[in-house]
Amino acid sequence: MAVIRDVIPAFELFQPTSVDDALALQARHGVKAWVLAGGLDSFDWFKDRIKRPEVVIDLSQVRELRGIRADANGLEIGAMTTLTEVVRHPVVREKYGILPDAAEAAASPQIRNQGTIGGNVSQDARCWYYRGGWPCYRAGGNICYADTPTGLNREHAILDANRCVAVNPSDTAPALIALDAKFVVRGPKGERVVNAEDYFVGPAIDITRMTILKPGDLLTSIRIPSTWAGSQFYFEKARDRKVWDFALVNVAAAVAMSGSSIERIRLVVNGVAAHPVRLTAVEAAVQGKPRNEETAKMAGELAIQGAEPLQYNGYKVPLMRNLVMRAIRGAAA
Amino acid sequence: MHLIEWATSPWGQEVPIHIAWSLLWVSAIAGVGFLIVHAIYVKFMAKPAAHSAVVSSVDTARIPEKIQRHSFGARFFHAVMALSMLALLFTAFLPKVGVQFAWVEWHWIAGIVLTISVVYHIIHASFWLDFWSIWPDQQDRVDARNRIKLALGQSAQEPKKFAKYPLENKLYHLIVMLAGLSAIGTGVFMMKRVRTPFFTRNPYLFSDMTWGWMYVLHGLAGVGFVALVTVHIYFAIRPEKLFITKSMIFGSISRENYLEHHDPQRWVVAAEGASSGRPESKKAPA
Repeated sequence: MAVIRDVIPAFELFQPTSVDDALALQARHGVKAWVLAGGLDSFDWFKDRIKRPEVVIDLSQVRELRGIRADANGLEIGAMTTLTEVVRHPVVREKYGILPDAAEAAASPQIRNQGTIGGNVSQDARCWYYRGGWPCYRAGGNICYADTPTGLNREHAILDANRCVAVNPSDTAPALIALDAKFVVRGPKGERVVNAEDYFVGPAIDITRMTILKPGDLLTSIRIPSTWAGSQFYFEKARDRKVWDFALVNVAAAVAMSGSSIERIRLVVNGVAAHPVRLTAVEAAVQGKPRNEETAKMAGELAIQGAEPLQYNGYKVPLMRNLVMRAIRGAAA
Repeated sequence: MHLIEWATSPWGQEVPIHIAWSLLWVSAIAGVGFLIVHAIYVKFMAKPAAHSAVVSSVDTARIPEKIQRHSFGARFFHAVMALSMLALLFTAFLPKVGVQFAWVEWHWIAGIVLTISVVYHIIHASFWLDFWSIWPDQQDRVDARNRIKLALGQSAQEPKKFAKYPLENKLYHLIVMLAGLSAIGTGVFMMKRVRTPFFTRNPYLFSDMTWGWMYVLHGLAGVGFVALVTVHIYFAIRPEKLFITKSMIFGSISRENYLEHHDPQRWVVAAEGASSGRPESKKAPA
């Protein structure tokens, strides 16, 4: 990781109190503006002096971006809602248990008190070459230092690499995709609602961004439909340290059963590509099958089709296969 | 405005990484600007062309009604080259103007098609066509000087009509060749940096500095082609050039166009019922 060098470079700080004001500030300052949510990602960049925004727009005072609203149609979670609030919310825990499981797996209690769900899904890649300020593809350069014969790539991608091999580090992202969440984005052209899986961008499409957010855009809330409320869920995160670490691979599954067969399933892994990967082929293959060892084995083998490990991350292939198997087995794993 | 983006390598060395993408707009504006200026010049200022070539009525009668300008092989090459070039430009620059899609694979596939077509063209032109017909010669230089003098109102000899290719064609071909070979030469090496079925990736094949200049050269050739292709399409649809465009599709030009624009002494075609005599364009040119 990059060495923290000094105090944060000076910037002009704005603390709007409404989404409209925040959007107006973003429109006024364009690419010079940096949107600050919980600050867990941003302050790393600032302290390392890799990112030096002239203007920081702190969303902490925008009350309309906070809180969880539940009704018969599902949930709406404000983007500035902290991970701790998500973890503790009774309706979330009761009906959408996979989300608090995932949110609680993120980082440490102190970080979850400060970190927001919007920030967690929108955070930047954690590749140390990129975070160290090296001029790699993701930083606008012409090389991926991690994908070289001597590159340290133990934590990097095994799927969908395209020049850059960084992975998406979010824990809540796969859970939200499994819940078929919709992300509400407001920008200069108004509001748009996108499927959670379409919120994330791979390097083949845009190598310098992790999400569809462009300068001027703001993730305002996340809507979770009631479609999967009360379903069977599975979330598991494999990491080097049990406390406070990014996922090597995580898996999230929402399963609706019909008798002993899988009626519907949404299965997502993260930490294996620059975006969370929904395993649609596996979902189709296990539909109508019993949730047993045989189905789990088949799903695990299918999940790793097309995986291309790098020099030092070959272990991620069996890890992903086994996590998918455990997700299919479910509570009996 | 800077022309090149620089970065600090992990070893503290300042290295170029690519051109400044604003050059894309410079090139696009230059291309459009050229065609606007040219169109105004032709409409309001250009004098009628005067040429010195004289063809006897006997010679005229022996010239066939249709004269082949481009063989099927040459036309096929041009079509493949043009399609791959457009694919390369769209895949390279649409993402730069905000149209995001997975472009890398399409780009290198189009690059391979272009490379193969250019290799074919070089072999075809070298051994089956009149290789020298596309290169400016002494007569072109003399005529160009005279045309400029006449355009400026000075006295000069009337220039000859063109050989098979007007000087503008020859110069355009020269510039496209330089830009094309630069893009292809650098592009082939750049494929060592992405995953393809053809090479084992090796980003350390060259130093960061060498790679950087390679990316700069590739980018310059790329943005250069934006202007070059714009100008090429403009000339292709100009009314007085349409006969050349049609010949690139159908292969031939009419006797009238041949006699109006070309010097039969410099582009000798086989007379009806006889073989051609003068060797300047002894083979069927591209």
